[in-house]
Amino acid sequence: MPDNRYEKTPRPGQEHFVAPPEDVQVGVVDAVDVSEAPSSLWQEAWRDMRHRPLFWVSAALIVFVILMAVVPGLFTSASPKCVLTDSLGGPTQGHIFGFDKQGCDLYYRAIHGARASVTVGVLSTIFVVVLGTLIGSVAGYFGGWFDTILSRFTDIFFAVPFVLAAIVIMSLLQDRNEVVVAVVLATFGWTSIARITRGAVLGVKNNEFVTAAKALGMGRLAILGKHVLPNAAAPIIVYATVALGTFIVAEATLSFLGIGLPSTTISWGGDLAKAQEAIRVAPEIMIYPATALAITVLSFIMMGDVVRDALDPKARKR
Amino acid sequence: MLWYIGRRLLQVIPVFLGATLLLYGLVFLRPGDPVAALGGERGLSPAAELAIREAYHLDQPFFMQYLYFLKGVFTFDMGVTFTGRPVVEVIAQAFPVTFQLALMALVIETVFGIAFGLWAGVRKGKLFDSTVLLWSLLLISVPTFVIGFVLQAVVGVQLGWLPITAGRDPDFISLLMPAIVLATTSFAYILRLTRTSVAENITADFVRTARAKGLPRGKIMTRHVLRNSLIPVVTFIGIDLGNLMAGSIVTEGIFNINGVGGTLFQAITRGENVTVVSLSTVLVVVYIFANLIVDVFYAVLDPRIRYA
Repeated sequence: MPDNRYEKTPRPGQEHFVAPPEDVQVGVVDAVDVSEAPSSLWQEAWRDMRHRPLFWVSAALIVFVILMAVVPGLFTSASPKCVLTDSLGGPTQGHIFGFDKQGCDLYYRAIHGARASVTVGVLSTIFVVVLGTLIGSVAGYFGGWFDTILSRFTDIFFAVPFVLAAIVIMSLLQDRNEVVVAVVLATFGWTSIARITRGAVLGVKNNEFVTAAKALGMGRLAILGKHVLPNAAAPIIVYATVALGTFIVAEATLSFLGIGLPSTTISWGGDLAKAQEAIRVAPEIMIYPATALAITVLSFIMMGDVVRDALDPKARKR
Repeated sequence: MLWYIGRRLLQVIPVFLGATLLLYGLVFLRPGDPVAALGGERGLSPAAELAIREAYHLDQPFFMQYLYFLKGVFTFDMGVTFTGRPVVEVIAQAFPVTFQLALMALVIETVFGIAFGLWAGVRKGKLFDSTVLLWSLLLISVPTFVIGFVLQAVVGVQLGWLPITAGRDPDFISLLMPAIVLATTSFAYILRLTRTSVAENITADFVRTARAKGLPRGKIMTRHVLRNSLIPVVTFIGIDLGNLMAGSIVTEGIFNINGVGGTLFQAITRGENVTVVSLSTVLVVVYIFANLIVDVFYAVLDPRIRYA
């Protein structure tokens, strides 16, 4: 009897070797419960994260900081008025941190400084993510000339040191506010996201599900938006969380140099600059804006850390 | 390899041109007329104004002005500052100080960053690891200038161990505190990078093989774990040299150092466009070449990267 399990003449579409059904572990495939919702990367990450205390600590801190920025009245009912006779006064009833050189309530300013920092941080992160994802994904997905030109374009912006460019532009601008600072920071801060996105898109775009979508006749842009980007999002989100923290530090540095937010806006960076003027007489004034700033930045960077660990299956196993 | 270096060098050209054009455009498109400002309240005579405009090519369109600037960069003749000093002279004076400062910071952050990162990575999950990790997060979260003031107040004023400011012609000792301050953020990043990749590599198959064939622990660490873990760290260090030199704007301000950063910031506030653009160009060149060296240095560390 000739063994006709393996046919010599292939059928159309089966030009390569196809194992007979009894050699394939069909049972394993059958055992998969289709009605069960597929477990996604994010679901697994969430399952991992909710057992980690660091996640809850940073989440609580972020909620606290955002509350401070949105409704500062929740934390302080002190008067925003500065009374010069209170200058450099120590803590008193109702003014737990004391007063700065101008006689302003330090607690009031520490709470109200959150709005400027969070606004600049969130806005510049949004700008950076939109711009970086757009440029990076187009470069990575379409490749060819697009990639060459966009990658060189990214290199050019990458070659200009971030702090230097921000200082040069900010010193040129006359009316400065949160949006202007965010735009300036984003203009020179998007390159890393673009590079990360390009790398992630390159890693995803040759997957089977992309080929399948292409075979089903889906448009290229639709594939990019519906299949490629969602699967490349993890590293972008992790980087964006950390970037938010660094943008807040950058804003504080600019305000400290006197070229960030105007002195009429309460900001931790500006308050640090003021505290520096009185550092010989009252060094403790610096503690409050510095601590508020550090806690804010720390909460976002810590969150980015936790999310990254949770998304990385290699780190999770251990 | 040579072919790769050549191609990589060619790639530098458009990046250099683009970056300098960007900076030049930013600075020179600012509102205000430097020539009119030169005359003060009385104003210049039309003939003198025309002569000055011609001498500095200000009558030419923007792109021609940029080309004249490039010519100046390549012939080391970048014009003069407001006080009449040649810009090249200013750069020659400011650059060595900043370079020394950045190099000291680089050594500090690399040595301590890799040492702590290696130790934490080997003991991942232990108390030492979590402590070091938390401290590194704190260092990233606190702005450099705050760390500078704290060190000034504690180490400089209260303990009196190190001089508070550097001033003119600083020596090694007076640059030590600024270098530590400049190094803090990058130290934290290097530590975290090293820790992550050491922790990853230490469980890799090739390390298990090395252990199985009886290689001493020290040799495994240096030959296998560290060498493989240093690849991302080297990339970071290369990018960071440029950042350190630009980041010195803040640090040099705090410690009163007459380097590139200090000079640059003064020039920016005074509106000395020529000085700003020239110093920035120097920084960009350092930045680009540091990246180039890193790319080439890869080959030494990672033979897997092939240069086709």
